[in-house]
Amino acid sequence: MKKIFKYVVTDILRNKIVLIYTVFLLAASLSVFGLEDNSSKGLLSLLNIILIIVPLVNIIFSSIYIYNSAEFIELLVSQPLKRKSIWLSLFTGLAASLSLAFFIGAGIPVLIFQPNTIGFTMIAVGILLSIIFVAIAMLATVNARDKAKGIGAAIMIWLYFSLLFDGFVLFLLFQFADYPMEKPMIAISAFNPIDLSRILILLQLDVSAMMGYTGAVFKDFFGTFTGIAFSIISLLLWIVLPVWYAAHKFNTKDL
Amino acid sequence: MGGYAEMKIIFFILSMFYYCTCIAKTIPVGSSRKYKTITAGIEASVAGDTVLVDAGNYKEKNLVIKKSIVLKGINYPVLDGEKKYEIISVKADAVVIDGFRIVHSGISSLQDLSGIKVYDSRDAVIKNNILENTFFGIYIQNGLNCTIENNRLTASSTEEQQSGNGIHCWKSDSLRIINNKITGHRDGIYFEFVKNSIIWRNTSAQNIRYGLHFMFSNNDMYVSNIFTNNGSGVSVMFSNKIRMFSNYFEENWGDASHGILLKEISDGDMEGNYFAKNTSAIYMEGANRIFMKHNTFENNGWALKIQASCMEVVLERNNFIGNTFDVGTNGSLVLNKFKNNYWDKYEGYDLNKDKIGDIPYRPVSMYSMIVEKYPPAMILFRSFITSLLDKTEKILPSLTPENLKDNAPLMKKAF
Repeated sequence: MKKIFKYVVTDILRNKIVLIYTVFLLAASLSVFGLEDNSSKGLLSLLNIILIIVPLVNIIFSSIYIYNSAEFIELLVSQPLKRKSIWLSLFTGLAASLSLAFFIGAGIPVLIFQPNTIGFTMIAVGILLSIIFVAIAMLATVNARDKAKGIGAAIMIWLYFSLLFDGFVLFLLFQFADYPMEKPMIAISAFNPIDLSRILILLQLDVSAMMGYTGAVFKDFFGTFTGIAFSIISLLLWIVLPVWYAAHKFNTKDL
Repeated sequence: MGGYAEMKIIFFILSMFYYCTCIAKTIPVGSSRKYKTITAGIEASVAGDTVLVDAGNYKEKNLVIKKSIVLKGINYPVLDGEKKYEIISVKADAVVIDGFRIVHSGISSLQDLSGIKVYDSRDAVIKNNILENTFFGIYIQNGLNCTIENNRLTASSTEEQQSGNGIHCWKSDSLRIINNKITGHRDGIYFEFVKNSIIWRNTSAQNIRYGLHFMFSNNDMYVSNIFTNNGSGVSVMFSNKIRMFSNYFEENWGDASHGILLKEISDGDMEGNYFAKNTSAIYMEGANRIFMKHNTFENNGWALKIQASCMEVVLERNNFIGNTFDVGTNGSLVLNKFKNNYWDKYEGYDLNKDKIGDIPYRPVSMYSMIVEKYPPAMILFRSFITSLLDKTEKILPSLTPENLKDNAPLMKKAF
């Protein structure tokens, strides 16, 4: 398992796309911090990159990588190796190298310009989102044998989480405007890792506005130990469940 | 011999003068002095005397001062109200109270028991005192030309009913309230029917309700005060011609909390104030003819909540930096004017390089209107879809008020 992990990591780190992704993140974060006269505004632009670009790149790159290494996987399966360990080392290899790319690209500039709670939350959230979307990509690819179908599904999943889900929530809010929606909103947010990450950052970034009545409900929940535990467990579940299900599927899959 | 009688009368009159002007004596009070209690010291004094109190602990129940004397403490002698009494009641003109530590007044909403209360008098000076756990701290009732200076007021009650105001002024004229520090009271400074007064360089922090509370008080001015972390910020209501210069309003957090609440205010003038980290920095309702210039709004939830009931409010050359929402409103009617402000969210351009943006800035974002109507929508703030909605609204305004805009926004900070 260690050997496969090592192989996957070196293979990805040599990949030009990951290099470009890292350089892009680095250039984007350095320029947002350099161009804006106050660095909290730079943080805001970076938030959009983390919430949109990072999931997109991770989910598409991971699905393409898995489809491209189909032959390599077949070769490994023919060896006396457990299927589960092959699949898990693929996942950990992808997750580790893409998280590293994110950390170098966005984490280091944040640490230089904003070494505070907001900065640390942002880095943690970005790394968690990277891993989550690798996991979701594994789930999308294991279900579809056809490359076009699998990558299409990955893009649709990304679109759903970053755009459609919020539209749906907004629609719900307008429909149930007469009811107290604060607590259901917290539950709903757990169904979208991007939303959950955004709220965690929002509570630090817009703390003054969040101290209003509704915000206070969120702040009271997410600001407490239970709330933080809830969000971290939810985000971890978003990693564990897809990986576990995909591994289970891969175990019984006819290659 | 008639001349001798006249001489006698003249001599007598002259001696009266001598008595009045020069025998203003100092009466020491203390455990090792002739007068052991302040009450005895005051009894022995006449108008113009100084009662000088040594350090120590004095339980004098209610000290009533009915003569124009100076009551001065050395090294902060403690006056203890034993949680039953009003500690000092001033019922004469030109009384000076200087340098006492006044602790534990009684609590009574019926009588408004205070640490120091001035009744219907003029020219009182209350300075350099420390008040701890008093119900009302310093209370001026129907006073004229009084000075409250360099006092420290601290209370530790947590309920509004169990707590009075720090400096409470009612139906007074020409007061000077300078360099006091007030914490833990119900309202830090309270003004009701007070005219022509100045509040200068005070710090009012962590009070249960308001840092400063104005009602029906006209022609007052407050300058260089700091209002931090009060239950509901500062509230100025039903008053005319208030001038507010160079004050700090910080960290007033909560839905019903504002940096400053302006309700039914006319002809006000606000310049050089600094608002930071408030849920809403300014909340205006029924405010007329307010002129706001050179104010800084930084990192607030809402920099300005201006209700449609406001008229002729002018905002000129203010800085809006890092606020979540710049302006929020509740209707489409706009009778106010925004001009030459700096908005950090402005995305326009300046082709002729006159440092004024060529296209107007609309400080009301669509999302602030949505949040005003559906507060839980705050949870979707800064998501992709809401920024998309905001961008669409900027191009085709439908929900936001058409006339609420700054036609000449500045490209760089106003100051």
